[in-house]
Amino acid sequence: MNGDKLLEIKNLTVHYESFDATVHAVENLNLSLRHGETLGLVGETGAGKTTTVKSVMRILPDPPAKIVSGEILFDGQDLLKLSVKEMRKIRGKQISMIFQDPMTSLNPVMTVAEQIAEVIRLHEKCSKKDAHKKACDMLELVGIRPERGSDYPHQFSGGMKQRVVIAMALACNPRFLIADEPTTALDVTIQAQVLELMKRLKAQYQTAMIMITHDLGIVADICDYVAIMYAGEVVEYGTREHIFNHTGHPYTRGLFACIPDIFTDQNELEPINGLTPDPTQLPEGCRFHPRCPHATERCAKEHPENIELAPGHFVACHLANKGGNENA
Amino acid sequence: MPNTLLEVKHLKKYFNTKAGLLHAVDDVSFSIAKGETLGLVGESGCGKSTIGRAILRLHEPTSGEVILDGTDVTKLNKQELRELRRKMQIVFQDPYSSLDGRKSVFESIGEPLVIQKVCKSKAEYEKRVYELMETVGLAERLVNAYPHELDGGRRQRVGIARALALNPSFLVLDEPVSALDVSIQAQVLNLMQKLQKDLGLTYLFISHNLSVVKHISDRIAVMYLGRMVEFSDCRALFKNPLHPYTKALLSAVPIPRLDVKQERILLEGDVPSPVNPAPGCRFASRCASCMEICREKQPELQEIEPGHFAACHLLND
Amino acid sequence: MSVIAKQTKTAPKKRSKFQETWRRFKKNGRAVVGLAIVAILLLAAVLAPIISPYGPNDQNPRNRLQGPSAEHWFGTDELGRDILTRIIYGARISMSVGLIAICISLIGGVALGAVAGYYGGALDNIIMRCMDVLLSIPTILLNISIVAALGSGLENVMIAIGVSSIPGYCRIVRASILSLREQDFVEASRAAGASDFFLITQHILPNCLAPLIVQATLRIGAAILSCASMSFLGLGIVPPTPEWGSMLSTGRDFLRDAPHVCIFPGLAIMAAVFSMNLVGDGLRDALDPKLKD
Repeated sequence: MNGDKLLEIKNLTVHYESFDATVHAVENLNLSLRHGETLGLVGETGAGKTTTVKSVMRILPDPPAKIVSGEILFDGQDLLKLSVKEMRKIRGKQISMIFQDPMTSLNPVMTVAEQIAEVIRLHEKCSKKDAHKKACDMLELVGIRPERGSDYPHQFSGGMKQRVVIAMALACNPRFLIADEPTTALDVTIQAQVLELMKRLKAQYQTAMIMITHDLGIVADICDYVAIMYAGEVVEYGTREHIFNHTGHPYTRGLFACIPDIFTDQNELEPINGLTPDPTQLPEGCRFHPRCPHATERCAKEHPENIELAPGHFVACHLANKGGNENA
Repeated sequence: MPNTLLEVKHLKKYFNTKAGLLHAVDDVSFSIAKGETLGLVGESGCGKSTIGRAILRLHEPTSGEVILDGTDVTKLNKQELRELRRKMQIVFQDPYSSLDGRKSVFESIGEPLVIQKVCKSKAEYEKRVYELMETVGLAERLVNAYPHELDGGRRQRVGIARALALNPSFLVLDEPVSALDVSIQAQVLNLMQKLQKDLGLTYLFISHNLSVVKHISDRIAVMYLGRMVEFSDCRALFKNPLHPYTKALLSAVPIPRLDVKQERILLEGDVPSPVNPAPGCRFASRCASCMEICREKQPELQEIEPGHFAACHLLND
Repeated sequence: MSVIAKQTKTAPKKRSKFQETWRRFKKNGRAVVGLAIVAILLLAAVLAPIISPYGPNDQNPRNRLQGPSAEHWFGTDELGRDILTRIIYGARISMSVGLIAICISLIGGVALGAVAGYYGGALDNIIMRCMDVLLSIPTILLNISIVAALGSGLENVMIAIGVSSIPGYCRIVRASILSLREQDFVEASRAAGASDFFLITQHILPNCLAPLIVQATLRIGAAILSCASMSFLGLGIVPPTPEWGSMLSTGRDFLRDAPHVCIFPGLAIMAAVFSMNLVGDGLRDALDPKLKD
């Protein structure tokens, strides 16, 4: 398609190996992202969202995690082939990451300005003073008064801490930002503030972003593209409009049906039956078939390939073309 | 209100902290009818969980009355309270810390029966536990399982079964689905609704998730910093929020639809500290339409429309 | 009615806590070995007069400091007494000192720690400051002063050793309780009407068992050695009485010429401590459902 790709993940497979079982955390995953775009990575606990982005950052705990196969091309360069030293240069400078819990991602014994300045000095040659100055500018950018730079993390509230974390992540103008559930730990009104801030900064700096979330509301708000993950695989991928208005996969549809709608009165929700499969013993065929209301014999035997429903809208389901589940 | 099961009058709960008096719950009154679900919404630190626990006297209320079925819970002595505990139970948020890791499913569910010594024989006790497991949809084979072997949804079902063991009429549900994945959340919500219908339960449903609260509640109370700011029928609240905080809260909920464009009301700053709060409206520091009087006088809850209460000076003429 | 019928047929049998623990304990090979050694030591202590080849105080000056032989398996000591016999008799004293002292400190420490942690406030302050005072006095000095106050004798030595190790348990229990007290499952139990006693014994103590068991089994060895040093100072067990610690300390003088006089009592202490540790670890794992199977 048009534009060059900033990030391309090809056939990524990650396993966690313990002595008696192998967890298939991510299996044969393909994703790509262009400059300035935001991709939402949606799925439930254990779907492999965090494992995917951690492999991009190469910060998976090894052992037990093992990247079995695949390529992660960042600007045409395979990140998995880089040396540790080269990778370190990319982390924080080109790609940076925001974690879920702002309480634990800051060092409690350093002032926030020091922590931001540290990141800057790691990647840019500048004096301590300049770094500090830049750190204060970053704080201002995320809406914190620069004089608060000399405060310690515990003097900030949760929302403010997450702003500091965002400032730290953006300090070196990365081209690519990974946000792992950045607002899950925050209250609704604070979440709204942080989301608005992220939207503004993204537009200002044209940063590409992968946003991990389980909240489809946030996806509707901030993402251009969406990938729905289930049990280590992407089951549906497309633009936001594709996913929301032309939902193709029964799992995605199930996710929508699970969320109580604020505008209508429903008597009962339609939950997805059953539980997410044990990642050490994944079902044969389509991984979703034991929970799928439309499953056929074929689903139990044959692993579904990606079907392109519309240009750029991929669904991994045997029934996608037949409209077999349009009745939902 | 006909058939009132629970009535809370001027409930206050203050905690002594090093920094001063923490006003966790400040003069809150409401009532719940039999078979009704009252949703209690608010952000962290607004005192919603404290209300739930003060009603059950897991925290001793500082002052106020809690009348359950005609008895004032706050005035009972230890023995009477123990008796009354059969009528009211609680389900907790975190299915990981709400179960004792050293007790099997059987022991956890059966514990209230042991404590209250309600079963005359061992056979009756076992039968009751199996019955409860069936009620909440737990397979019998899990009877010897330990919490760490169960997923979040099943653990929460154990928590619910334990709360139901004594046949209570009133349940405090303290964020019962917040820690669960969406697909499991829907299963548990459906279970709660089914149980309410089958057993005629009355719920106080505490949550920060507005869409969940809307789904399950008949009426909703919105809390901010220890005070109740709005109280209304569920539908009226979502259609016509009166308090500026409620408006901001509703507008901040991310909506999983593309056809609805939200006008977000962004609140400035953070929730102020509940320790020694300033006089006047608690929301004044973040309110866009704050007036002089808001910083001086605390607004009282007033009936603006029939059955729709709000505490805001803007609504007084 | 169908529920009951079904239940009796298909429902898995509910196992009792004891059966469950024993089943898991048995699976742990090392723990079973430990239990066997403990059993042998205890049996030896009980059956001492029957199984030992000589009397514990039978002297034979002609056979002084003899190495191990067919007649004296573990050799003889400086007065020609049979070391094997004295070790078997010594098991009576050493094992009981170890076990009883630990029991005293466990009971005292757990009770005080539970009260301090659960009720908090002024009571907590008083108890913990007392513990700090106990901790600030060197153990041996504390033991000596307690025995001096109570008078010498085996029972008083046990009490002294027990009391001086109370603070360790007390702190462990208090710290665990402080974090457990706020857990939702404790609240849930309270909401069901449970008394403080029920909460402490049913929920809180079982959850701080692991560090307690480890501490207790490690301290048994220390208690046996403390007892020895007390004997050495002339407080507690009086010389002719066979006791592992004092056998070890008298044997020191002959270490160069007759090392076996030290080696065998030392091995006995080691076996006791080691086996207790194995049993303790096994018990800890067996009681923890998370490590099941």
